[in-house]
Amino acid sequence: MNLNFLYHFGRYLILLRSALTRPEKFSMYWKETMRQMNDIGIGSLVIVGLIAVFIGAVTATQFAYQLQDSFVPAYYIGYIVRDSTIIELAPTITCLVLAGKVGSNIAAEIGGMRQKEHIDAMEIMGVNTASYLILPKVIAAMVVIPMLVCLAAAISIWGGYTASVATGLITDVEYIQGVRSFFEPYYVFMMFVKALVFAYILTSVSAYQGYHVKGGSIELGQASTQAVVYSDILILLSDYVIAIILTM
Amino acid sequence: MIRAVNIKKSFGGTEVLKGLTTTFEKGKTNLIIGRSGAGKTVLLKLCVGLLAPTSGEIMYGDTNFSQLSKRDMRAIRMEIGMLFQGSALFDSMTVEENIRFPLDMFTNKTKKEKLDRVNYCLERVQLEGNNSKFPGEVSGGMQKRVGIARSIVLEPKYLFCDEPNSGLDPKTSLLIDELIHDITIEQNITTVINTHDMNSVMEIGDNIALLHQGRLAWQGNKDMVMDSDNELLEEFIFASPFLQRLRKAAVGK
Ligand SMILES: Nc1ncnc2c1ncn2[C@@H]1O[C@H](COP(=O)(O)OP(=O)(O)OP(=O)(O)O)[C@@H](O)[C@H]1O
Ligand SMILES: [Mg+2]
Repeated sequence: MNLNFLYHFGRYLILLRSALTRPEKFSMYWKETMRQMNDIGIGSLVIVGLIAVFIGAVTATQFAYQLQDSFVPAYYIGYIVRDSTIIELAPTITCLVLAGKVGSNIAAEIGGMRQKEHIDAMEIMGVNTASYLILPKVIAAMVVIPMLVCLAAAISIWGGYTASVATGLITDVEYIQGVRSFFEPYYVFMMFVKALVFAYILTSVSAYQGYHVKGGSIELGQASTQAVVYSDILILLSDYVIAIILTM
Repeated sequence: MIRAVNIKKSFGGTEVLKGLTTTFEKGKTNLIIGRSGAGKTVLLKLCVGLLAPTSGEIMYGDTNFSQLSKRDMRAIRMEIGMLFQGSALFDSMTVEENIRFPLDMFTNKTKKEKLDRVNYCLERVQLEGNNSKFPGEVSGGMQKRVGIARSIVLEPKYLFCDEPNSGLDPKTSLLIDELIHDITIEQNITTVINTHDMNSVMEIGDNIALLHQGRLAWQGNKDMVMDSDNELLEEFIFASPFLQRLRKAAVGK
């Protein structure tokens, strides 16, 4: 088990090492990066938005319930929704979901190209496939996913507003007062650090899973599943590590 | 000129190539023939570095290809064109985009120049006007021809074709053979072709290597085929009773 882990880790590093080279043709990489940004960014807007609304709504509703009959002022709901989504819920849940959507897609796309000898065909032309197939995806994700996470946080806070004000839990003045209290810009920095790291993890791990696929459609399915599972595990693990480092 | 020197290749426990030495000459169409499963595709993939030999060397001129770093290997590969047995066309790109891909990646030609080159290559494989079709929308034989067009678009110095005319009718098959032969002579390049097709052997067999059980069983050219005494070659080429009778009539044995 341990050796197996080391084997994959080593091969992952080697793959990334060969991915980090000068592009054969900058314009081709640029075009591919733009295409990926569109796929990952625009393609994930709806799902990210939907999830964010509910994250905010659920957080607000549950805290309102917990604060009932306590001495904590009601406007704290806005404050709690804001901070919990910015620090943790928006980056983590968004990226866990994106690992499922984007990660499995990357693994299946690259894995399919491996199985149909497309990667071999490109290699014969002299293309550095590790670089051409992986680098644009990683870069596109690291640009677009932080934007998505930022958007998710904003939508969450709005979701919390809708859920608590519209149902009469608190007034809109209270909620907005809460959202504007005790603001720490550092938390936003934490959110972006997490989003960047998670974006990197979910694309590179998924690309690795796809790039080394062998066999047929069953193995392709497995690679795609493993891409999601390993990305999720690593995202949660790194979430913890980042939390420790950034709060030291 | 490409030389394979004492090449051995095993997968797991089974040895597919058992010490094979042969030469592919420049300006000639070099044919690799052999029964299905003889190791032709494996040999071709060893030559271009998609597989690494268990032992032995692949020499491009004086360069030991098998020992090059990835980057140096890529430099040689830019001069290689290859047609895969399964065509390996990029299926989410059109025919035109497929053929243009190497041009996009490695040249600074203008749009117009690229299109001209693509159309010229399409014409040579007799597929003019199919630019905007997707690989899934053309027949298997047409995919092969698109694959050939893509492999010659950058004017390679080395051309590898894995069964260029399997799945083609005899007439188109002949056309493709002639095309590859013409290009080989026009550009004075080293061409290596895997084939089962006896017409190809007799038409363009400048240098033929017969693989059998992982070894080189016979080497020669098309003129030597008819009066060779090699039993394996006979068995392979004159497989059907019909051909055996023809040969008897022609050579008298
Ligand atoms: N990646 C691989 N792993 C294990 N065995 C392989 C692999 N590739 C090829 N082989 C084995 O090597 C042998 C030769 O295969 P190869 O594809 O070279 O045959 P071929 O001469 O090209 O046949 P055909 O004319 O049918 O294409 C076969 O027995 C095959 O099982
Ligand atoms: Mg073959």
